Amino acid sequence: MYKILRKEKLNPTVTRMEILAPEVAAKAEPGQFIILRPLDDSERIPLTVADFDREKGSVTIIFQIVGATTAVLNTLEEGDSVCDFVGPLGVPSHTEGLKRVCVVGGGVGCAIAYPVAKKLAASGCEVHTIVGFRSRDLLILEDEFKAVSDRYFVMTDDGSYGEKGLVTDALRKLLESGEKYDEVIAIGPLVMMKFVCALTKEFGVKTMISMNPIMIDGTGMCGCCRLTVGGEMKFACVDGPDFDGHQVDFNEAMDRLTMYRPQEAERREAHCNLFKGV
Amino acid sequence: MPNMSLKKNEMPAQPADVRNGNFDEVALGYTEEQALDEAARCLHCKNKPCREGCPVGIDIPAFIARVAEKDYEGAYQVIAESSSLPAVCGRVCPQETQCEKHCVRAIKGESVGIGRLERFVADYHNNHSKAEAVRPVSNGHRVAVIGSGPAGLTCAGELARMGYDVTVFEALHLPGGVLVYGIPEFRLPKAIVSREVETLRSLGVKIETNVVVGKSRSIDELFESGFEAVFIGSGAGLPKFMNIPGENLKGVYSANEFLTRVNLMKAYQPGSETPIMHADRVAVVGGGNVAMDAARCAKRLGASKVYIVYRRGADELPARAEEVEHAKEEGIEFRLLTNPIEILRGENGFVSGIRCEKMELGEPDASGRRRPIPVRDSAFDMELDAVIMAIGTSPNPLIKSTTKGLETQKWGGIVAEEPSGQTSREGVFAGGDAVTGAATVILAMGAGKSSAHAIDEYIRSKSAK
Repeated sequence: MYKILRKEKLNPTVTRMEILAPEVAAKAEPGQFIILRPLDDSERIPLTVADFDREKGSVTIIFQIVGATTAVLNTLEEGDSVCDFVGPLGVPSHTEGLKRVCVVGGGVGCAIAYPVAKKLAASGCEVHTIVGFRSRDLLILEDEFKAVSDRYFVMTDDGSYGEKGLVTDALRKLLESGEKYDEVIAIGPLVMMKFVCALTKEFGVKTMISMNPIMIDGTGMCGCCRLTVGGEMKFACVDGPDFDGHQVDFNEAMDRLTMYRPQEAERREAHCNLFKGV
Repeated sequence: MPNMSLKKNEMPAQPADVRNGNFDEVALGYTEEQALDEAARCLHCKNKPCREGCPVGIDIPAFIARVAEKDYEGAYQVIAESSSLPAVCGRVCPQETQCEKHCVRAIKGESVGIGRLERFVADYHNNHSKAEAVRPVSNGHRVAVIGSGPAGLTCAGELARMGYDVTVFEALHLPGGVLVYGIPEFRLPKAIVSREVETLRSLGVKIETNVVVGKSRSIDELFESGFEAVFIGSGAGLPKFMNIPGENLKGVYSANEFLTRVNLMKAYQPGSETPIMHADRVAVVGGGNVAMDAARCAKRLGASKVYIVYRRGADELPARAEEVEHAKEEGIEFRLLTNPIEILRGENGFVSGIRCEKMELGEPDASGRRRPIPVRDSAFDMELDAVIMAIGTSPNPLIKSTTKGLETQKWGGIVAEEPSGQTSREGVFAGGDAVTGAATVILAMGAGKSSAHAIDEYIRSKSAK
């Protein structure tokens, strides 16, 4: 059992939890993920490491309530424990040698982008950050990002905060103004990463993205997280989750994410009613 | 007088048209009467040819003699001297190619039903024995075992009996490896696996789940933390695909994913949290035991049509004859000499079928089986809702890539000496599918057992210095 040390609501559907898992904390690096099961009968879900504290032995995760399992996870409180917590899994993000990077985060993807930005900043890299949300009330990690970014831009779909528009609008402006980056690191919804990659391809800027497909074991066993990269089959769990975005078949990946959508909706409905009580 | 009947006592089983709608165990096990009748068929040959066919060397005639004397617990003790998982082996061993193949009675008629008797004895023990396993006196030496499948559990059990302080590391949340994620409930009830695991725990074996060696901890760190030897039994977990168009469509599963969802994640239970497609028409590509398991699970989840699609003929099916027979009885249809060349895309990116070509058998290939050759212009389509790829697995690269000096084959298998399992690293031993590639439970157990003895020798010789 892995104790929840801290729980904080970042916005109406996004929660941050700090979990005691010394063995994972000892090894975790930005870009890696963990797999957890909130309760003994829950599914295994992958969540990216949002932060870690090696001294305290804790790992922070940030999750959006999207399905039944994240809904159950969100019912647990400080002092409760999650049943299983395994990791760190996947290959850490490569940050060595990067001098100027633009980090692009979309929605809850910012939770994954933040530790990467933090590590880059710590290594002396110049970090420009663009984050995008639907609206102001969904904004997360603003102070955290500001602390590690040389420039910081917020985009909202409805213009309720920062500038109105998409992250690609801001990125285009920067690239057109002549900003040169060693790399763009884009983490967010697949559709956002797809369009960031289309844009950076135009400008010839290498772009790394982080995949978050459906997974079971996270060690290469089930093959459920497979995707096509440069025409080859790759497993996000062991080959990734970071990939060269210009090589990824996003349309296929978006399709694969919807495999269980009808069943997920059914289960979410069942759970919602459960939580409503009678 | 021995019972000279030429036939084995039949194994009682759920009727095929009932069992293909539930996940309860198919074979029900001998009654005491049947077991006694079967035990009387053993001629107690002096040279015990059956024993040679057993990868863990169980004294088969001795345990059968105890059965005949109605000393079932005594029979169990004979088996337990050599095997860590009797109730598992009695169910999933391919006895027909091992012990039973060497049985003198098989020269004229059927062999003694050794596997069925083993299962009877193990089940009797599990249902009747209240005695806790006696924890051996500790010798103070620590051994780490990576993976809690058949190889790891056997190695751990053997070492614990010798007095070693053994810790097993498992990546998943439950111990058992392929016994819990792969082999379905109806062939090997999970309660039996957890019972065998409990027996190991009572011998003093510690099991740490949620530890991925190679990620959470490296083999070097295991040595640094005081383990004197390491056994790698991490299996062959990486699923293979065919590299044909359409394999990433929705509705295409690896057998590993499909079986893991059904078994480990309990999608077979009504009300389970685990999503799985309840497809109506399913093709399983492959002809091994895993393919049979996947096909029979798909049927039980409600499919009206389940096909085994295999590129060679009936004689080449690698699955156990009994599994093929069970599958056929349950209504699984076999499309032999048929090879998929493309998976067809339907609405919304789901599978709509597969395009196959007919095959014919040519000269034997490197595997000794006749090579399948495509028949020209024979392509045809099958309409389907799901496709399960059961064409094999390869060893997981996680440990290889994080352990310096550990030699592996080109295809990923760990290089290990026979029978010790000694690898290219001192103090590191390996066995089971991680070394051989996908094989059987009992071969992995045999390897785990030999390595346990090699580890014992290694630690003894080291401490003697």
